Amino acid sequence: MNGVHDLGGRHGFGPIQREANEPAFHAEWEKAVLVMNLIGMVKRIYNIDEFRHAIERMGQQRYLDTSYYEHWLASVETLLVEKSVIKREELEARTNHFEANPTEPLPDRKDPELLARVMNVVRKGMAEKSEPDPAPRFKPGDAVITRNWQPRGHTRLPGYARGHRGRIHLFHGVYILPDAHAHGRGRCPEPLYSVSFESGELWGDAAEPKARVHIDLWESYLQPAEKT
Amino acid sequence: MGSHHSEPEPWVVHRVRALESLLIEKGLLSTEVVDKVVQTYEKDVGPMNGARAVARAWTDPAYKQRLLADGTAALAELGISGRGGGDKMVVIENTPTVHNMVVCTLCSCYPWIVLGLPPVWYKAPAYRSPCSNRAWSWENSAWSCHPIPRSAYGTRAPKSATWCCPAAPRAPRGSRSPSWRPSSRAMP
Repeated sequence: MNGVHDLGGRHGFGPIQREANEPAFHAEWEKAVLVMNLIGMVKRIYNIDEFRHAIERMGQQRYLDTSYYEHWLASVETLLVEKSVIKREELEARTNHFEANPTEPLPDRKDPELLARVMNVVRKGMAEKSEPDPAPRFKPGDAVITRNWQPRGHTRLPGYARGHRGRIHLFHGVYILPDAHAHGRGRCPEPLYSVSFESGELWGDAAEPKARVHIDLWESYLQPAEKT
Repeated sequence: MGSHHSEPEPWVVHRVRALESLLIEKGLLSTEVVDKVVQTYEKDVGPMNGARAVARAWTDPAYKQRLLADGTAALAELGISGRGGGDKMVVIENTPTVHNMVVCTLCSCYPWIVLGLPPVWYKAPAYRSPCSNRAWSWENSAWSCHPIPRSAYGTRAPKSATWCCPAAPRAPRGSRSPSWRPSSRAMP
């Protein structure tokens, strides 16, 4: 999707603002958002690619005007409604309720099994191991050209890297294709590579000398480059 | 006089409580889960884990080789694993001639297991937008750090759900690893 989330090379966002001794969270609600998203994935209500795509489609103007955890909240809400876990109307009604009753405590509930399951994922991850097939089409050193496609859905091929020549730098293994997985089209595992580009190939006269950009790209994003 | 009562809480606070209460009622959440997970990210998951692996690599050449060859396994040796990069970690090395920067231009991929939750600047458009084409000038203007030779620069964009690649800083002066030169600074 050619959205504003695809930020590589955009101008005008100003200087980096670093915060000294930055805390892990800046507000209590951010903590709950992080955990609710984790639960969405642990319970397999949705996957990480659906999660990222729901951020991409949260609204272009709103994306730029909101914070990281507000992006997460938008995505979690969207997916919980789309997956029929909650209804939009009950969420709106409950929000109005807490606005009117801000000191009302959350319902009390103990769930040791859920706690154990979530903590296991926090400590060990949700392993999506490399798969044995299909065999990689390219090997390190091979010249490739990225496809110049403009998908309306999710992709991990950035706009600035489309239609450009690079070389295979590393083969990482075979992994779920986000372009399919974000849209309920299955896992479609594909070889994943680190592809190396000369900065000038991507950025023309704005490139810095001797710089290279390495991007992780799935095999279907790539075509063999013709020998020149 | 309770000044904290004078301003109403922002809408997002009520929205999140609404979502939490609905998920608790539906058997998908408990406040205890929120507390325990948050405690782990605040106390146990953070840059000290990555620092431990890098310090070991500075003083143990065999470990350094393992770390660069198979980051996932070498980090697991030190008990470093978990959500956020733990499924596959690729470690790359800063050298006297190549300096690496890591950026996710599409979202905010970050190696949680070695660096903790990403800081706000890493997730902000101001870092994500120029980093892929202005690595050298960005780094030297935006950070107060030792200047880095312009000889060679790499930018790395982790695009996968399953792996991240932190860049290992070079060893400080006086450490024992003979193959690593004195360093200027660590990668973010």
